[in-house]
Amino acid sequence: MKVFRIIGRSIRDAFKSVFRNFSLSMASILCATITLMVVSISILIAANINDTTKSLESELSIVVYIEQDATSDDITFLKSKMEKIENVDKVVYKSKDEWKKEMSEYNSSFSTIFENYDSNPLLDSFSINVKDAASLNKVAEQVRKLDHVKSANYGEDAVGKILSVFDVVEKVTVIVVISLIFVTAFLITNTIKLTIYSRRNEIEIMRLVGSSNTAIKMPFVVEGFVIGVLGSLIPVIVTIYGYIIAYGKLHGYLITELIKLISPYNFVFYVALLIMGLGAIIGMFGSLMAVRKYLKI
Amino acid sequence: MKFIELKNVNKTYSTGVTALADLSVTIDKGEFVFVIGHTASGKSTFIKMLYREEKPSKGSVIVGGVNVAKLRNGRVYKLRRKIGVVFQDFKLLPKLTVYENVAFALECLGLKASEIRPKVLKAIEIVGLKEKTRSFPHQLSGGEQQRVCIARAIVNEPKLLICDEPTGNLDPETSKEIMKVIENINKEFKTTVIMATHDKEIVNRMKKRVLLIEHGVLTGDYLKGSYKSHESV
Repeated sequence: MKVFRIIGRSIRDAFKSVFRNFSLSMASILCATITLMVVSISILIAANINDTTKSLESELSIVVYIEQDATSDDITFLKSKMEKIENVDKVVYKSKDEWKKEMSEYNSSFSTIFENYDSNPLLDSFSINVKDAASLNKVAEQVRKLDHVKSANYGEDAVGKILSVFDVVEKVTVIVVISLIFVTAFLITNTIKLTIYSRRNEIEIMRLVGSSNTAIKMPFVVEGFVIGVLGSLIPVIVTIYGYIIAYGKLHGYLITELIKLISPYNFVFYVALLIMGLGAIIGMFGSLMAVRKYLKI
Repeated sequence: MKFIELKNVNKTYSTGVTALADLSVTIDKGEFVFVIGHTASGKSTFIKMLYREEKPSKGSVIVGGVNVAKLRNGRVYKLRRKIGVVFQDFKLLPKLTVYENVAFALECLGLKASEIRPKVLKAIEIVGLKEKTRSFPHQLSGGEQQRVCIARAIVNEPKLLICDEPTGNLDPETSKEIMKVIENINKEFKTTVIMATHDKEIVNRMKKRVLLIEHGVLTGDYLKGSYKSHESV
C-alpha cells in the first residue's frame, strides 16, 4: 500500500512540478522537441536510403546457363542442389524455348537469325536471387562447381562497386542517426539538470526527513518521463502527417523512380513510437542522472 | 539511559583538515545539551555526524543503538526518520504553504493523507502557528519560519531533535520564544535535544548541559553549565 501511495504521489508531484516550474520545464520540453524532430527526420531519411539500397541489392541476381546436353532430370536435380546453397533465396528456371520466344518478340531480327538454325541454339538457364548481396560471389562460385553448369555470372565488377558504395552509405546513415541520438540525450539531460539544480533544496530536505533514495528519485524520474513524452508530441505529429503528406505529394518516389519511398502505413507509426520512446527514456534517464548528483550520501 | 555514544571519534576531511580528534561523549535519553565553540571548532561536524551527514574517519557513533558510522548509504533514511533537524536557514520549500511544508516530511514517508492531517495540525499547534497554516514562507517572519522548521522536524515524533544554530538568524526576543518552544518539546515529549549555538545569553539562562569543543577536541563538559564557566570562548 505504502509503495502505491508513494508512486501515486510521485505521479501527482511530477505533473504539479512540471507546471509550477513552468519556464524551466518548458525549456526542457522545447529542447526535447527540437532535438527529437531532427532525430525523427534523420531516421526517416536513413530508413529510406537503406530501403532503397536493399531493394536495389535484392534485384541483383546470378544468371546460370546450363550445358546443352543436360537432361530434364539433370536440370531438376541441379535446381534442388542450387536451392540448398547457403544464402540462396529463390531459383527461377527459364527454358531455352522461353528465351527464344522472348527474344523474338523483343526484336524481329532475332527471329530471322533463329530461322537459320535447325534447333534452338540458346541454353536453358536459372536465375538465382540471394538473400544477402554480399554473398553473390560465394554463391556464384559454388554454382560453377556443380555438374552441367556452363557459366554463372552476375556482372561482377559493376556490382562489386555498387555494393561497396551502398555499404558506405548505409553505415554513414546509421552512424549519423546514432550520433544524433547521443547529442539529443546529452542536450535533454543537461536541460533537465538545470531544472533539478533549482530544486536541490527540495532533494536535500527529502533526504533529511528520511525519504529513501528510491522515493526521492521517483518523482523526478516520472517528471523526466512526462517532459520526454510532452517534448516528443510535436515531432510525432510532424513525423506522421509530414511523411504521409510528403509521400502523397511525391507519389511515392523521390527524384527518380529508382528511389522508391517506404510506404507510410505502419512505417511512420513505428518511427513515431520510436521517437516517443526515445523521448521518454532519455527524459527518465536524464532526470535520474541529475538527481543522483544530489543524493551524495 | 544512554541514547547517544561517541567513542574515540576522529574526522579528517579529504582536504587534510582535522575537524574532530579523539572525541568521546555519551548523552542520555531526554537530555538537553548545548554544543558550543568557535566557528570552525568542529561543532558542526559533530552535529552532522549524528544524522550521518558526515561519517567519522575513525571511531564509532551510536545513536539509539545503531552504529551510524557503519550504516550503509541505502539505510541512512531509516536513521533520519528517528531524527528531526532544525537549521539556521530554515530550509523551507518556498512554493509550499506552512501546512504543506510540514506535511511534506510525512508524505515522503508514504503515510496516508488521513494519518498525515492530524499529525501535521498537532505539530503546527505545538509551535504556535495555528493561524498561519495556509501562509507561504515568504509571508512569515524569521521566527515564524523557524517555527515551521521545528514543526517539520517534530511531526514524525522523533526521539532526537538536532538544532544547528536555530537562533542564528533571529533577534534576541524571537530567539527566546523559539527556545521556549524547543524546551517544551524536550520536557513534554522527552525528546533528546542537541543544539549547536553561539548565543551566550541563551546558554547562560537555560543552565543545561554544555559541551565545549575547541579545535576539534572536547575540552569541557559541564552539567548546568554556562558560557561564564569558561570566559575564553
